[in-house]
Amino acid sequence: MNSSVIIFPGSNCDRDMDVALKKFGFKNKMVWHDDNELPKSDLIVLPGGFSYGDYLRCGSIAGKSKIIQSVINFANSGGLVLGICNGFQILTETGLLKGVLQQNKNIEFICKNIFVKVNSSENKFFENINKDILELHIAHNEGNFFCTEDELKSLEDNNQIAAYYCSSDGKIDDKSNPNGAIKNIAGIFNEKKNILGMMPHPERMIDQSLSGEDGSIFFENLLKNF
Amino acid sequence: MKVKVIVTLKSGVLDPQGKAIQQTLNGMGFANIKDVRQGKYFDIDIDGSDEQKAKLTAEEICKKLLANQVIEDFKII
Repeated sequence: MNSSVIIFPGSNCDRDMDVALKKFGFKNKMVWHDDNELPKSDLIVLPGGFSYGDYLRCGSIAGKSKIIQSVINFANSGGLVLGICNGFQILTETGLLKGVLQQNKNIEFICKNIFVKVNSSENKFFENINKDILELHIAHNEGNFFCTEDELKSLEDNNQIAAYYCSSDGKIDDKSNPNGAIKNIAGIFNEKKNILGMMPHPERMIDQSLSGEDGSIFFENLLKNF
Repeated sequence: MKVKVIVTLKSGVLDPQGKAIQQTLNGMGFANIKDVRQGKYFDIDIDGSDEQKAKLTAEEICKKLLANQVIEDFKII
C-alpha cells in the first residue's frame, strides 16, 4: 500500500509517522507542502507538529498551502486521509472535517498518555480492530474539540465520532477528558468516513520498549483493511 | 488604503486566555473586572483608493482566512 506524508514548515511528527507506516508495511513517500501533485497514494497523512508556528490559528496557514487542493480532491474522490494532531487541525481548517480545535480548557500544553474508546468501526480505519480501548499519546495546546449543536447532532446521528477520551476501563467522563473537548471527542470522521482526524498520536505508540503498542494495533489493522 | 479588522470569539465560546487575564486582573486588585474576551487585530494595507472595493476585499479575506466562522466573528473598521 502506498502512503504519503505531507511535510509543512513546522511539522515535527512527519518522520515518526514515516517510521510507523514503513514498520507496518506501507510504502511511504514524503511530500513537500509546496508541491502541486500527490504521488500515487492509497493513504494521505497530515502529520502532527506546529505548521507555520501555529500562526493565526493552528492549521489555518497550512490549510491554504499549495498541496492542499490535491489533498481535497483526493479526499473528495474517496481516498483515505488521516490527520493527526496538527493534521486534525488542518483538516478542520480546510473544511474537510467539521468543528474546530480550540485552546485546551486549562490553558496548558498537555503531553501525556491517555485512553480512547473507539466508537465507530464501520470504516477503513477501525474496521475489525481487536481492541476498543487504546492507550495513545497526546501532545497539544489546542485539542479542545468544539462544534455547533447542530454539527454535534449530525456527527452523532451519522456515527462520525471516531473516538472518545475515556478512563483505562472505558468510562467516558469529565475526569478522563484531558482538554475540555465537547463530549470527550478525541477524533471524528467526515460523512463518508474516508477522512479521520484525531488528536492522539498512534505513531508514538509502536514500540514496547519506548511506549506501548496500541498504536501498532491501529496501523496493523489499517493495513489489513486495504 | 488601510483597513482594520478585529476578530473576536463569538459569545458563548470559551475563551480560556480571556478568563486567565480576568482572574489575574482580579488578583492584582482590579476587583471590578467581570469579564475579559481576547481578540485579534489586523492592520491591512490594500493597494488602491476605492474604499468600497477595499472593504469587500477585506470581507472576503476575513471569511476565507482571518476568521474561523465556526467560533469567531469579524468586524471591519
